[in-house]
Amino acid sequence: MTESTDLTRMTAARLASVVATGDASAVEVAQAHLDRITAVDAAVHAFLHVDTAGALAAAGAVDAARAAGGAAALGPLAGVPLALKDVLTMEGIPTTCGSKILEGWRPAYDATVTRRLKEAGVVILGKTNMDEFAMGSSTEHSAYGPTHNPWDLTRIPGGSGGGSAAAVASYEAPLAIGTDTGGSIRQPAAVTGTVGIKPTYGGVSRYGLVALASSLDQAGPCARTVLDAALLHAVIAGHDPLDSTSIDLPVPPVVEAARHPDVRGMRVGVVRELTGDGYQAGVQQRFDESVALLEELGAEVVEVSCPHFPYALAAYYLILPSECSSNLAKFDGMRFGLRAGDDGTRSVEEVMGRTRATGFGDEAIRRIMLGTYALSAGYYDAYYGSAQKVRTLVTRDFAAAFEQVDVLVSPTAPTTAFKLGAKLDDPLAMYLNDVATIPANLAGTPGLSLPIGLAPEDGLPVGLQVMAPVLADHLLYRVGGALEAAMLDRWGAPILDGAPAL
Amino acid sequence: MTHPTDPLMRWDDVLAGFDPVLGLEVHVELGTQTKMFCGCRTEFGAAPNTQTCPTCLALPGALPVVNAVAVESAVRLGLALNCSIASWCRFARKNYFYPDMPKNYQVSQYDEPIAYGGWLDVEVPTPDGPRIHRIEIERAHMEEDTGKSSHVGGETGRIQGAEYSLVDYNRAGIPLIEVVTKPIEGIGALAPELARAFVGELRALVVALGISDAHMHQGSLRCDVNLSLRRTRVDELGTRSETKNVNSLRSVARAVRYEMQRQGALLEAGGRVVQETRHWHEDTGVTTSGRSKEQAEDYRYFPEPDLVPVAPDAAWVEELRSALPEMPADRRRRLQADWGVSDLEMTAVLNADALAVIEATIADGADPAAARKWWMGELARLANERDVELGQLGIFPADVARVIALVEAGTLTDTMARAVVDGVLAGEGSPDDVVTGRGLQVVGDDVSLLAAIDEAVAANPDVVEKIRAGKVTAAGVIVGAVMKATRGQADAARVRELLMAKLGV
Ligand SMILES: [Zn+2]
Repeated sequence: MTESTDLTRMTAARLASVVATGDASAVEVAQAHLDRITAVDAAVHAFLHVDTAGALAAAGAVDAARAAGGAAALGPLAGVPLALKDVLTMEGIPTTCGSKILEGWRPAYDATVTRRLKEAGVVILGKTNMDEFAMGSSTEHSAYGPTHNPWDLTRIPGGSGGGSAAAVASYEAPLAIGTDTGGSIRQPAAVTGTVGIKPTYGGVSRYGLVALASSLDQAGPCARTVLDAALLHAVIAGHDPLDSTSIDLPVPPVVEAARHPDVRGMRVGVVRELTGDGYQAGVQQRFDESVALLEELGAEVVEVSCPHFPYALAAYYLILPSECSSNLAKFDGMRFGLRAGDDGTRSVEEVMGRTRATGFGDEAIRRIMLGTYALSAGYYDAYYGSAQKVRTLVTRDFAAAFEQVDVLVSPTAPTTAFKLGAKLDDPLAMYLNDVATIPANLAGTPGLSLPIGLAPEDGLPVGLQVMAPVLADHLLYRVGGALEAAMLDRWGAPILDGAPAL
Repeated sequence: MTHPTDPLMRWDDVLAGFDPVLGLEVHVELGTQTKMFCGCRTEFGAAPNTQTCPTCLALPGALPVVNAVAVESAVRLGLALNCSIASWCRFARKNYFYPDMPKNYQVSQYDEPIAYGGWLDVEVPTPDGPRIHRIEIERAHMEEDTGKSSHVGGETGRIQGAEYSLVDYNRAGIPLIEVVTKPIEGIGALAPELARAFVGELRALVVALGISDAHMHQGSLRCDVNLSLRRTRVDELGTRSETKNVNSLRSVARAVRYEMQRQGALLEAGGRVVQETRHWHEDTGVTTSGRSKEQAEDYRYFPEPDLVPVAPDAAWVEELRSALPEMPADRRRRLQADWGVSDLEMTAVLNADALAVIEATIADGADPAAARKWWMGELARLANERDVELGQLGIFPADVARVIALVEAGTLTDTMARAVVDGVLAGEGSPDDVVTGRGLQVVGDDVSLLAAIDEAVAANPDVVEKIRAGKVTAAGVIVGAVMKATRGQADAARVRELLMAKLGV
């Protein structure tokens, strides 16, 4: 296979080496991607804000560092462009979370993830589109219009991180940061033919990540290859004293695992409850083939039951709205963002109410109301309390499963990308997109999605999910990397080469 | 400010017809260097919104981190209140919208307080002498303070009618410990004094632990009084009112008494007590109705997911227990014995909040009786005149000890000593500086005194006649004239001696 000389087609690993060796400057790499954004983003709408000046300045700083200190002065991703989900703060750059209520707000502080990216010399191109406050599976709930799937512009790119996945899939950026509360990194990866990882909860700092559901949210890498994702994972992960829930232990050896993928002797469990009914035929078919491939590669595959996984979705849709109803209370127009109705005749309470009614979209309001109800006196035990019990049971299911196997696998999403608008009026159908990804959020365990081919019936990408125990994120990369290599052997080219030109 | 006044029942009638049920909630603002969940400073009186950051302003994405010193303070207060310390507890979010509160939820503790099930013995004065009463403590939990609104324009300074409101978030996120008593019953007429004694004892405890300056006038110790009446010989509890922010010890007692009389009158007239928040007005000594709690606010508590549970290590808790300072009651008993004063005198010292300054003055070498006399007398008068607490008067115990030493050495008369104190308060420096600066010194030289006496005698022949005729009290006129002539620097007793000797009386 001959490697492309088009800078936008290169992997992050290759770009880093191109910059390090001086074959191209970081500024040239950044400019190539900015040009690509100019060319295709009108159709894709992956970005809400492109920071051309900032990106070129950051790239220039990498070039200057190389000129001064040589390649040794550069980190493993220095000079590599990245698209940042608009739910993470970046100093001086608009952060909207896909919501009107934050329109025009420019934070004065970097999220820890943003800071680590900057320190690593990663070049941040801009902020990507998302469902409002990360509530959704299609990016259609963005107040700034939907993102389009590069495989078929009439289809959804997944959500909530559809912008990040689409940016990577359309070669606007080799890397992106997503956040995953119920599948918002993994499901968009699956439907766009890209790789996405939700790290172990607490593995990546949440400081500066505008919370949807604090106990579920986790930022993670989006990329076109497993190794690229691992390189990005290593840059953003690690303990942060600003986040109490951040884990103070070494980052799992993810890059090492991605460089040496191997499933020989590994025990892989197929989750019985996450296959069959409700899964599109082509999705199931590609999944079954991949499981067979894992066996061919030397893994020992067994079926595993996680009996409480079918209740995970219902529990999730109580816990998430409960936390989000409280997390979103701070958006009241008093200190930042939109303020509505403040004409000198209205009380503070009225202005707060009008601001929220004007600034929040339908899905945000729906979940705030659900959560407010679930936490109310007299309902708390039946709703929030029961959901927490289910959460414990799901966590125990994982623990029991990981006594038998090293990793679990399932299809990432039940279907391939559906048409824009197809499920917009049916929240329950929309929520079902995350049925396979939600258990890992409830348990805090890590999960990866990687492309395993196109569904025969519609020619759209299918994703496979790998789930590992807490802090065994490297196992995701071992399995993902091995499958990716075997698929590449079989296909002869990366899956995205099959996507239509934009 | 005037307030609509509610009819009050005569105190004796309240006691005859009703039993009060009292509950106290005391918020102690901790004196930590930084806030409960961020690194902002906590200095009182800083310019508005200068002690804020993304976390305490609740800007999107910012996260809380628990202040370990605040946890330690809570554990120590819990131990001093004889509470059990939770081996594992969580913070919870108390959700309600209020502009003071940046997140629109308060991080507090709900069903898992860090300390629970304790007691505190307090001493109340009764006609039969002091009586020890044990107050059961329900819980002590950690939480964060809110910001502060001020309403500008309009006539009342209250939110209704104001032109606009300003919010200062410096106080938002300052650590608080809320101490909640169990209902206190069967105390009748003692209720007001018991409430005051509890808050006073808790304040002494907090100061002894060094966890808060506990200034009630600055709001660093705030008391809410819950009170209901039940008809004597009836089991059913009455409806309670919650009187917020009673900000002095005296007011705690007054507020309890007022609410008992107000509720008594209301119930007697066939009315019913409304469950509500009431505001205490320090100036007029009444409570007025605030927010009604008839439709109980639903705070939708749930465990704070941004924080990990607090799990105090048992060995650490024991370490803190063993390092607790002497409890205030023990200290009082010890000092009373050391100073050899009566219960009555000790009560006076405590009521004047003079224990610490007297103790420090004695530690600086003063005689206990003299130290007590100065602080309870002249200095208490000056503090009262200036409307400040003794500790804030502006004279240190060491200065007072020095003044006492100068008097004992005969260098200063009492009158001159008072002038020295005035000088210290006026910022003229140490007592020795004032003595030098004002030229204050007992005139000990009999020769110059005799000259002054001769002059006074010559100027007042009629008075001299009276003295010689046996009217000794008239000597005061001559002594006064001599004191005037020596600008008060003579020792009056010596002047009198010399005068009598001269006249041969
Ligand atoms: Zn702060």
